[in-house]
Amino acid sequence: MIDLLDLVTMPWNWLVEPLQYGFLRQAIWVSAFVGLVCAVLSCYVTLKGWSLMGDAVSHAVVPGVVVSYALGIPFAIGAFAFGFGATVAIGYIKSKTRLKEDAVIGVVFTGFFAFGLVLVTKIPSNIDLFHILFGNVLGISQQDIIQTVIAGTITLAVILLRRKDLLLFCFDPNHAKAIGLNTQLMYYTLLSVLALTIVTALQTAGIILVVAMLVTPGAIAYLLTDRFDRMLMISVAASVTSCVLGTYFSYHFDISTGGSIVVLLTLFFVAAMIFAPKYGIFAQQFQQRANKKQLNEVASTH
Amino acid sequence: MTMTASPLNITVDNISVTYSNAKLALYNASCTVMPGAITALVGPNGCGKSTLFTSIMGFLQPSQGKIRVGGLPVQKAQKQQLMAYVPQSDEVDWNFPVSVFDVVMMGRYGYMNFFRTPSQKDRRIVMESLERVAMADFRNHQIGELSGGQKKRAFLARALAQAGKVILLDEPFTGVDVKTEKKIIDLLLQIRDEGHTILVSTHDLASISTFCDRTILLNKTVLATGTTEEVFTEDNLTLTFGGLPASSLRQMTSNRTHSAEVEA
Repeated sequence: MIDLLDLVTMPWNWLVEPLQYGFLRQAIWVSAFVGLVCAVLSCYVTLKGWSLMGDAVSHAVVPGVVVSYALGIPFAIGAFAFGFGATVAIGYIKSKTRLKEDAVIGVVFTGFFAFGLVLVTKIPSNIDLFHILFGNVLGISQQDIIQTVIAGTITLAVILLRRKDLLLFCFDPNHAKAIGLNTQLMYYTLLSVLALTIVTALQTAGIILVVAMLVTPGAIAYLLTDRFDRMLMISVAASVTSCVLGTYFSYHFDISTGGSIVVLLTLFFVAAMIFAPKYGIFAQQFQQRANKKQLNEVASTH
Repeated sequence: MTMTASPLNITVDNISVTYSNAKLALYNASCTVMPGAITALVGPNGCGKSTLFTSIMGFLQPSQGKIRVGGLPVQKAQKQQLMAYVPQSDEVDWNFPVSVFDVVMMGRYGYMNFFRTPSQKDRRIVMESLERVAMADFRNHQIGELSGGQKKRAFLARALAQAGKVILLDEPFTGVDVKTEKKIIDLLLQIRDEGHTILVSTHDLASISTFCDRTILLNKTVLATGTTEEVFTEDNLTLTFGGLPASSLRQMTSNRTHSAEVEA
């Protein structure tokens, strides 16, 4: 009897006990919100093949954060400006040189990032580089929460309203052009929401891990379904669950929040990769064996 | 649908295209794609066929010359939904999580509001287009689950749903068996008879004389243009394909015409 009761109360306490602390309640809902925003965008990032672009933008925001603090403006503005600026620079350099895109991205984002490091060591500010790099949702300030929520809400609104055009742009930009739509605008819309999402996730995951939040949920969902609507739902479910549970783990075991969120996401990914009903490793092997058997049967009847 | 308006032509006036590596892809190309006919755009690999094709579609800005569709600049024609495009198979990401119905609905986006909410009419036209290419039963399939011919038909349905007056098809017969090819050809002939102008980019010389009214031979510039019969002379083919022995080409094409006649 006691054991059974324990089985119920222990997880209950595990979940409820942290909620008495205001900062933790806050951290949980903020990271759940960030998880939602990242998950929605990650479907587009996965389908468009923009993971490296996401990595680039996340690193490129560093100088923006430093400059914002130096000028006394909200960090989101500077971060967005530099993140978006990096993507424009990438597009420009790619069109003007004979370099392949991955080389251009590599040069630009490390350049921006290095510039940020230089600034952070030279401009006097109270920025903790560690927090920018690895996130600090447990110690997030009210001001930062406001900025996170604003950036995230704009992102969600833009994607929601333009979701069909953005999906068409990812799938068949030529057709979009052929029916007279402005693909240039779509390209920059997707880039700006990418930069905005990174601004949203900056405080939670940190710039090193934000790319995981931008790619992994979409990748998990892509392995599990053939329909975009379902892909969105699965992506959101995996991402929000990881963010909430990750924050709990971070509290209970005293580990890095961003780290535990991304480890959880990665575990979900590994599970999906192995057990996905159609595209999982097991399913594919099973299918191959079934095909072989069928072939053998056909061969033996002849 | 207003199919009563007269078919549109495409005029290509002195087009030259140079790529950024200073390679000349196309120079002084001029030709007219006749209204209400099926025209083949033919030439060997690297002849500038896809360059001309993508210039007509407005995906590429020529460094010189102009292109008009029904007298309008390409972009204007596109805004008025006059031009539909059926892409080459290897240009499409077949793993993309969209259904056949979704793809055909994309043909209607140009008619929809800012949020792309399909109306009852859009849905009806999509279903009609799917039925025309006999793909209605497959509407809920993810596009990667289709066979080569079904994939082609799905994208043809999108062009039909768009109701463009001019339809451009890029290599429509690659990865398609002969039977399916015939089905697609029959469909193209029907569409032509309803007043569409059709331009087919192809390297499949054998099939051209079975369904293309006109042919444009291309190798860096327009070498010959006219009815397929006029254009398919030994001299022209030698001129265009250079290295290939023209006699074998003629044999290929005449065999094909022959078998088609027997079938018909």
